[in-house]
Amino acid sequence: MKKEIETQVDSYKGKLPPKILDEIKENLPDNITKDKLDKIMDKVMLAHNKAKIHAGECIGLISAESIGEPGTQMVLRTFHFAGVAEMNVTMGLPRLIEIFDARKTISTPTMEIYFKKKMTADQVKKFAASIKETTLGDIILGSPEVSLMDQVLKIKVDAGALDDLGMEMTDLTKLIKKKVKNFTINIEDNTFVLNYTGKIDEIKEIYSAGDKIKTIKLKGLKGITQVLPVKRDDEFVVLTAGTSLQSILEMDEVDIVRTNTNDLHEICKVLGVEAARQAIIDEACKVINAQGLNIDLRHIMLVADTMVIGGNIKGITRYGVVSEKASVLARASFETPIVHIINATLVGEEDKLNSVVENVMVNQPVPLGTGLPGLITKMK
Amino acid sequence: MPEHIHKKINKITFGFFSPKMITDAAAAKVVTPELYDREGYPVDGGLMDIRLGVIDPGLRCKTCGGKLKECTGHFGYIELARPVIHIKFVRQILDLLKSSCKHCGRILVPEENIGKYSAILDKVEKEEGFEARRKMVKSIAAKYKLKEKCCHCDKKQGKIKIEKPYNYYEDEIKLSPIEIRARLEKISDSDLKVFGFNAKSIRPEWMVMTVLAIPPVTMRPSITLESGERSEDDLTHKLGDVVRINQRLFENINAGAPEVIIEDLWDLLQYHITTYFDNAVTQIPPARHRSGQVLKTLTDRIKSKEGRIRHNLAGKRTNFSARTVVSPDPMLKINEVGVPQDMANNLTVPERVTEWNFNYLKKFVENGPTKYPGANYVIRPDGKRKAITSETQEEILEELSVGFLVERHLIDGDIALFNRQPSLHRMSMMCHQVKVLPGRTLRLNPLVCNPYNADFDGDEMNLHIPQTEEARAEAEVLMLVQTQIISPRYGLSVVGCIQDAITGNFLITTDDNFSREDAIDMLYQAGVNDFSKLPDKPKINGQELFSVLLPAGFDFVGKDKSGTIVKIVNGILKSGVMDKSNLGQESGLMLRNIFEQYGDAFTADLLEKIAKLGVAVLLKKGFSVGIGDIDIVEKTQDDVKGVLDRAEEKIDQLIAQSKDGSLELLPGLDMAETLELRILEVLNKVRNESGDIVMKEVKESGILTMAKCGSRGNILNIAQMTAVVGQQALRGKRIERGFKDRTLSYFKKGDLTPRARGFIKNSFKSGLKPYEFFFGAMTGRDSLMDTALRTPKSGYLYRRLSNAMQDLKVEYDQTVRDANKRIVQFTFGDDGLDVSRTEGGIVNVKRIIETASLK
Repeated sequence: MKKEIETQVDSYKGKLPPKILDEIKENLPDNITKDKLDKIMDKVMLAHNKAKIHAGECIGLISAESIGEPGTQMVLRTFHFAGVAEMNVTMGLPRLIEIFDARKTISTPTMEIYFKKKMTADQVKKFAASIKETTLGDIILGSPEVSLMDQVLKIKVDAGALDDLGMEMTDLTKLIKKKVKNFTINIEDNTFVLNYTGKIDEIKEIYSAGDKIKTIKLKGLKGITQVLPVKRDDEFVVLTAGTSLQSILEMDEVDIVRTNTNDLHEICKVLGVEAARQAIIDEACKVINAQGLNIDLRHIMLVADTMVIGGNIKGITRYGVVSEKASVLARASFETPIVHIINATLVGEEDKLNSVVENVMVNQPVPLGTGLPGLITKMK
Repeated sequence: MPEHIHKKINKITFGFFSPKMITDAAAAKVVTPELYDREGYPVDGGLMDIRLGVIDPGLRCKTCGGKLKECTGHFGYIELARPVIHIKFVRQILDLLKSSCKHCGRILVPEENIGKYSAILDKVEKEEGFEARRKMVKSIAAKYKLKEKCCHCDKKQGKIKIEKPYNYYEDEIKLSPIEIRARLEKISDSDLKVFGFNAKSIRPEWMVMTVLAIPPVTMRPSITLESGERSEDDLTHKLGDVVRINQRLFENINAGAPEVIIEDLWDLLQYHITTYFDNAVTQIPPARHRSGQVLKTLTDRIKSKEGRIRHNLAGKRTNFSARTVVSPDPMLKINEVGVPQDMANNLTVPERVTEWNFNYLKKFVENGPTKYPGANYVIRPDGKRKAITSETQEEILEELSVGFLVERHLIDGDIALFNRQPSLHRMSMMCHQVKVLPGRTLRLNPLVCNPYNADFDGDEMNLHIPQTEEARAEAEVLMLVQTQIISPRYGLSVVGCIQDAITGNFLITTDDNFSREDAIDMLYQAGVNDFSKLPDKPKINGQELFSVLLPAGFDFVGKDKSGTIVKIVNGILKSGVMDKSNLGQESGLMLRNIFEQYGDAFTADLLEKIAKLGVAVLLKKGFSVGIGDIDIVEKTQDDVKGVLDRAEEKIDQLIAQSKDGSLELLPGLDMAETLELRILEVLNKVRNESGDIVMKEVKESGILTMAKCGSRGNILNIAQMTAVVGQQALRGKRIERGFKDRTLSYFKKGDLTPRARGFIKNSFKSGLKPYEFFFGAMTGRDSLMDTALRTPKSGYLYRRLSNAMQDLKVEYDQTVRDANKRIVQFTFGDDGLDVSRTEGGIVNVKRIIETASLK
């Protein structure tokens, strides 16, 4: 494309969004003349301005409708029959509700870990095994044996599994010592024999010691309970159940750009609120696209923006976004009206009737759309 | 002409009624629990005192002189013999007692630190709300309280405890409300500020009530039963209890009764007042009617969906509306609604009499209420409303003059709003023009079913008639069906051809020829009068026929359902067929482009014509479906059977492999899971393979045509009818529940073969085996459950979303802001485009360039 044509298109920067300018450049025929381009640009400007949203449009409600209406068409559970090995992730309406609620604990936290360099299957497997949280309980054969007569607790360890971890029995002894008291520890080929030295009648302690020992963390990252290396296109990806974004991103071999988690609050904590906003959009889109529904991205963006406007993620609940409304009546009309009215009396709150429901309540035009402009006439 | 002056409410301030305000605002002091005297006349000083307003027709309010409906009622009060704690402020009282000194009333924070903490508290309140502040004050004061001495007067502090719901104890000694009140009085206004209380709107001692406001009678009207007996409102009952006990308490105190009796009565008074405010306080039994029914008191009146706020304030009822069953009428315009005659006779439109329309309106009055089109009422300039009856007609005709309002019957062309619940998006309520029709149902064009999500299996819809000129203008300009064709959700058409209309157009545009006469005949049926676009030759092919409808000069390039390119040049369909992806709703850009270039009215008109043409074609050619449509030749049947057999064999192998352990495990799964996954894989392949075979072999038929053009049914449906129904899935898995280790007692335990786990080998045509039918029923029930559970969930999500976002609007500077004027987005969606004005969410640059460079 000729230089002058390009600069001519670029002169519309600021008047038209960059994406449209790029599209124009892409689609212009090679033999375009300056006059013709002028005409085209005029037309694009006209089309763009015609498509602009009008002042006073109640865009919040339109976005809410656009997301709420297809909600009724969503299936509660999605069945994936594809037969491909994938992590089982909550999808569909429950997941959408989870996202908009901004739940602190989500039902299926997962991560997708990408790598900087291409890795072989073995490397990936090794990596996956290294991040998986392994507890002593995972490598025990059978369950801890308690002999009340001798006041002894016996724990048999799977030697092979221990080897895989690259640990020795003596390493474990130290860990166990830290965790439980009142025991002397002996090793009898792959078995720990713990002799109870505490008070005789505290039998419960022996049992609970067994449980405690099971939870000793040997390896991996806290919270990651399952790992699954998967081949995507021509590279390996590790899917996990449970997330630990901070520690994963600190690892050298991990591609920090593409690696992702579906835990919004974790993203907010690790990467900040702008990342969290994008995560809300991405996660919501994922659900909506999986259902084959068609919702414009702009609506989801607006919801995400309302959720993060305070600098942290707030759910669309009575404790979150709704509690921040200025109007007492608007809050009261949503949920727990009495609480809101009582608190309003304590502070002597004023309702300035700036938004929708309050005005509906007092039978006045709402300050949206055609209710927005006023007309003042001079009386003779 | 007197015009109403509308006062505008600027703001509402919330606050607490102080005892003085209560007595000042009261019209009467209530002293006796009696309601009526022997004649049935309200007793003076009783709860139904006519100074508090009137509920009987004929009586006049003693306070304002108004009659029933004129007087809104007046508050009264009773003086409580002993102070009583307000149940809704129990927690606040506790906090104040705990955090303030029992002697000097100062907050238990050293003077020098108050400023510091106030700043922190203000911040907390701003960020996390009032509740968070309250908790924080408590924790701060608790810190200083550990010293057990007031930091201002150095006196020892007691430990305050609460025994729910309303008894306070200090060091295990009960605090009486009198003491509590005395302590709260001592707290200074400046200290209250630390708590976040506004001393102007509430003084803490008011939370312990000494007088009780009595709501006006009009707020608690009694109902007269058929037997002539009066049945009082729940609130009146409760207030009666309060007054009765209060009087008893007074008498006992005056008579110098023993302290025990007074204490008991005091407690009883506290109970009654508590339940008067809230009858659902835990720990105390709810007050009941004699019949055992729980009383509905103040809190119940306000809260929940049926409460005052959501039921009466946020949602309102309306006159001039109608509701009945809807049925289709393809001959209506999409902007029209067919209104039954009976409705038109009862719904009215007010029209002001002027010099110019005097004779026109007079005719309506002459016709009266029975003869259509007539009028039901006239409203005189002084606001008096008169019904037109055969008696009054003469008189009204005589006095009818300029300035009168005539409420005339609904006539063709009137503006109406049409609505179907659930109103989930703005297209659920659109403006239609009235067309009065015989019959008893509301009629609508089937093309607009989709935005309303209506069908005709008994759906009912509502009709509203706007009563003012502004309302009608707004409805017509903003809400008319044709203005709503493009959905704001995804920027494509929500109105489109359905069913027969698609099939018909598909049939002619695929490959078809008509005689010129037939072509004109069909076009005329579709509402075309100008045949100049029809080529002048004896044989017309289908594409030419369809092109007659398209506007000359319309260019379009798109794709049809099968993926071939649809090309329209200069209003002539050159290649491709017309099917769901171009004519249907929620898909295709053709309708969107026409809307963009030719406007809403044209699009609406074109849509009607296309739909009518489709139907006309089917009427001419004939189109039917029969059981023979789903016959397949024997060879195909064998092919499908072969696929099934091979799959079964494969699965048997897999099962055998899993038993001897030679099956390779998939990562992260154990043997059983791996096997299940592999079996699913095989079965999935079967479904696709057999579907493909069927599609290849199935003969041309009505059903296939419908599936191909997308008017009804899909390929999977055909495969299920002809070849194999396939795997039934329950909760995302094969069916595995039922008996121990098996789905039905018909199978052996641990049977993992397809047929024992819900695979239906038969087709709907060949008929299902009993166990197969049962599996089908299982999944059918599961999907019913799914729907039933989903509806309330998604409804709640929708309610929350709309409540949270309803006050976001686009300001004149294009920013999106909430009611506080906080900026949520600098431009909506980063580019400030209205989705309903875009083409599927974008400005179509490509088309602009193409059309521009063509010229």
